[in-house]
Amino acid sequence: MLTRTRTPETAPIEVKAGLGSVALRDVCKTFAAPRRGIAAVTALRELSLDARPGEIVAVVGPSGCGKTTLLELVCALSEPDTGTVETAPAALMAQRDLLLPWHNAVDNAALALRVAGVERGAARERAGALLREFGLGGFERARPDELSGGMRQRVAFARTLLSGRTILCLDEPFASLDALTRQEMQDWLAEALLAQPRTVVLVTHDVEEAIVLADRVLVMSPRPGRVVASLDVDVARPRRRTDPALVALRERALQELRA
Amino acid sequence: MTAVILLVALLGGWEAYARLSGIDEFVLPAPSAVAAALYEDRSLLWSNFTVTAGEIGLGMLLAIVLGLACSVAIHFSAPLRRALYPLLVGSQTIPIVLIAPLLVAWWGFGLLPKLAIVALVCFFPIVVPTLDALDRVDADLRKLMRTFGASRWQTFRMVEAPAALPGVLTGAKLSVAIAAIAATLAELAGSDAGLGNLMLKAIPQFETARAFAAVLILSAFSVALFALLALAERLLLPWAHQPRGTAP
Repeated sequence: MLTRTRTPETAPIEVKAGLGSVALRDVCKTFAAPRRGIAAVTALRELSLDARPGEIVAVVGPSGCGKTTLLELVCALSEPDTGTVETAPAALMAQRDLLLPWHNAVDNAALALRVAGVERGAARERAGALLREFGLGGFERARPDELSGGMRQRVAFARTLLSGRTILCLDEPFASLDALTRQEMQDWLAEALLAQPRTVVLVTHDVEEAIVLADRVLVMSPRPGRVVASLDVDVARPRRRTDPALVALRERALQELRA
Repeated sequence: MTAVILLVALLGGWEAYARLSGIDEFVLPAPSAVAAALYEDRSLLWSNFTVTAGEIGLGMLLAIVLGLACSVAIHFSAPLRRALYPLLVGSQTIPIVLIAPLLVAWWGFGLLPKLAIVALVCFFPIVVPTLDALDRVDADLRKLMRTFGASRWQTFRMVEAPAALPGVLTGAKLSVAIAAIAATLAELAGSDAGLGNLMLKAIPQFETARAFAAVLILSAFSVALFALLALAERLLLPWAHQPRGTAP
């Protein structure tokens, strides 16, 4: 099933040079029963998903529909039972910030660079510059327990960007934040991705978040997860969440979710 | 404050009982007699203290080195975990009282059997919290490191080892408390110096106050070591002791 909405200020999705793409074809993934008396779980059944270079694809679905399994496949953290996954290396950003409590903001943001073998001073310099760009100037030396939830997610996003991966997998990145901070962070992320384009697979159960951020929204069925609808969000950025086109799309996505 | 009042009351009661009941001084010396022994025998106590302190310090160092090596080996290898863990638990059931004289028979009256016993006793309390901390490292953190292309060793060095440090320090604190007992026991089994040796000789010489003074020094040393470790914990791992706050 395919639904499309067009608005006058249509912005075509450009294919950005140098960015990776994601192609999942008829992917199935079943988890064996952990012990007797518990059923095996088919997380994904014949799921196909494409993200073109530079495209932001949001995946929405009810809890337990295999969204996280999907991202683990894209990030090569697990292998599909059947089907194929073709993707450039992807970096994962999770709901929990997963910052290392013993490092300050700069060293946390520099983690992926350090893994890649970048020398400490150079890594700190690049991480510090990005943090300042993200409005965290003055907090470079603060430990995670001294930062607010929104700030921590910004540090985590900086770390993800600095991994140099052209594909980002975002797993409900703002789900642990309060509603107001979450909206702020969504707007902030939209801006950050305009400045530093990446191919993004965003998994969320927040339909509004998906519509505000994505070029395309895929709606998943309850377990076993399949894509049941695909909505193009051809609305120019920056977007306002009160934009009638966005509101209409949100209603449509919610309908698909209930169907 | 209440602790101080309680201590003063206890010491006062003890002093009064020792003086007024007419009990022999070599059966129960008064606190004042212990204090006098502490002063009069200071050079004797000091020279024996340095011996025991060395046994405790080096023995714990040995336990920490071996304990960490063992924890890391077990952490990296599932077969080693299955093979070594039962042996480690078994090593804790060896009655030290029995094995101490044997070690003296093998290695003589010197430092070596003391180190072995202190290390044997302190090893297990270091391995268990360390391994526990390594095992409890967030699985999502390991996944994150994998998406960054980190090797197993990088993940260990950058994530698991720092995360395990609080466990190591907890283990060291647990060990301090029993290291003094282990060292004393080892000296009782056969030695020519040390506070345990001094205690053993003081009793038949009716120098009970001196034995009490030795005990006092030994426990003060343990408390000081413990405080030192607690301080190191506060300085090295400030992140492990503060609740996750909100906005600064």
